[in-house]
Amino acid sequence: MDASRVVLHVDMNCFYASVEMAERPELRGLPVIVGGDEESRHGIVLTASYPAKRRGVKTGSALWEARRACPDAIVVPPRYGLYMRYSRLARQIYYQYTDLVEPFGLDEAWLDLTGSVHLQGGEALLVAREISERMVSELGVTVSVGVSWNKIFAKFGSDYDKPDGLTVITPHNACEVVWPAPVRELLYVGPATARKLEHLGICTIGQLACADGELLRRTLGKMGEVLQSFARGLDQSPVRPFSPQAHDIEHVVKGVGNGITCPFDIEDETTARQVIWLMGESVAQRLRAGGLAARTIAAWGRDATTLASRGRQTTLERPTQLTGEVCATAADLLAADWDFAHGQKVRGVGVRASNLVPAASEVQLDLWGEEERRLRMLSLDRAVDQLRSRYGNHAVRRLSELRDPRLSALDPQRDNVVHPVSFFA
Amino acid sequence: MKGIAGREKKYVEVISDTSEEGVVTPLQIVWDTGVRYRIDRVLDRRQAHSLKTGGTGMRYTVRVGGTTTHLWYEGPRWFVEAKVASMPEW
Repeated sequence: MDASRVVLHVDMNCFYASVEMAERPELRGLPVIVGGDEESRHGIVLTASYPAKRRGVKTGSALWEARRACPDAIVVPPRYGLYMRYSRLARQIYYQYTDLVEPFGLDEAWLDLTGSVHLQGGEALLVAREISERMVSELGVTVSVGVSWNKIFAKFGSDYDKPDGLTVITPHNACEVVWPAPVRELLYVGPATARKLEHLGICTIGQLACADGELLRRTLGKMGEVLQSFARGLDQSPVRPFSPQAHDIEHVVKGVGNGITCPFDIEDETTARQVIWLMGESVAQRLRAGGLAARTIAAWGRDATTLASRGRQTTLERPTQLTGEVCATAADLLAADWDFAHGQKVRGVGVRASNLVPAASEVQLDLWGEEERRLRMLSLDRAVDQLRSRYGNHAVRRLSELRDPRLSALDPQRDNVVHPVSFFA
Repeated sequence: MKGIAGREKKYVEVISDTSEEGVVTPLQIVWDTGVRYRIDRVLDRRQAHSLKTGGTGMRYTVRVGGTTTHLWYEGPRWFVEAKVASMPEW
C-alpha cells in the first residue's frame, strides 16, 4: 500500500441548487428545487437545496412528489450553460494547485497533490481548507473535501461530512472512520451489490475488507476482489489528468452516445426509427468530429409504462463513422427489441457507439466495390457536417423532422455532455 | 442604509483597455443615462462572488470620484451592484 500519495476529492454540495443560489441571493436559505421541464416530461428533481432535502425532497423523484413533501418549495428550471461555467471556474481554482485534476461529473473532481503539496507548505489539510474557502469567496458555493492516500477513500471523505465539511482519512484513522460505515457508502457499491453483500452478512465496509476473498469472488465475480481492495484502502488507480486547455475533453474516449426522453410516447416503429435516426446522426457526427470509428453499436429504449430501460448491441464487421450505417444498425436493433404492433410504447430512446478505433486506422477493404460507396457516403456526411458547423444544426435537416412537427422540436446536439465517466473507463 | 432599499445586479457598458499580455483594465463606466464615470484607479483585481446581487467573475475594486466600489467582469459582460432607492415616506 502506497500511503505516501496525497489525493483530494472535492464535491460541490447540491451543485445545481447552490449555483442558482449563488446567482440569486434571494433564494438563499429557502427550499429550492432545480427540476426539469414538466411539459416535456423531464419533470424530476435534479437537485434540491438542503432545506428542501430536510423536508423529504429526494433527487430523482417526480416534481409532484416533491411538491407534496414540500409545498412551498421554489422550483427553478435548470440552466446547464451556467452550471458548466461554474464547473469550469472551479477547475480553474484546482489547476492552481496541481495539473493532475480528474473531473467526475460537473460537480466533483479528484486532485492529486502528491508532487505539488510541498509547494504549498506540505500540509494537504491546509490546501483543502484553502480550496474550500476560495470556492465560497470566489464562486459562492460550498464544497466538501476528502483527503486521503487513494481516490476511493478521498471520495468517501468528501461524502462523510456534508455540507462544507473537511475529512482527512489516514492509514491510522481509516479503521475508525471508514470501516464502521454501511457498505453502500463505498464507491461502486450500488443497491444491487449492497443487497448481495448483505445476504452474505456483510453490512459494513470493515466487514467487506475482512471478508473471505473466495466468497466474494463467487458472489460478485471479479468485482468482488476490486471492491474488497477498495475497502482495504489498496486502490492505486491514478488521478487521470484532463487537459486544462480543453477542460472537458478526456484523452481516451471510450464511447459516444446520445439519448432523449421524448415529449410524447413513441407508439409505432416508423416514429421510433425517426427518433433513432436523429440520435444516431448526432452520434455519428461526433465520431467524425473526433476522428473515430465504432465497431459496436447499441440502441436502448425506455418503456413508457414501467419506465424500465432495455437495449441491444451488435458488433459490426468494419468500424464505421457513417451516419447511415450507425443509424440503420441502431434502428434495426430497437425495432427487434420492441413490439410496437402489440401495443408496446417507448418514452425515450438512445444510441451508443463504442469499441472505438481511430478512423484513420487500416482496415480490410471490400473487394466488391462496397468501399467506393462508403467513401462517397463519408464525403456526403462531411459536407453536411460542414454546413451544420457553419450555419447551425438546423441548416440541414431530415425530411422526417420537417414532416413531423413533434420531431422538429428535438435538438439532439444540445447538452450531450455525459457525466460522470466511469471510474473504470 | 438610509435611502437604499437594496442592490440589484446591473449590467453596464464599460470602456476598457486590453494590454498585449491580455490584462484588461476598465477605464470608464457608462451608465444607461449616458453619464460617464471615469475610473481613477484600479485598487484590486481578483476572482470573486457578489454576495449582494449574486453572480461571479473577475472583481475589480475601483476608485471612482473619491468612492471605492466594485465592478465585475462576467465575460463578456460587466456588472455592478447598483443601489435601489427606497420609496420616500410621505
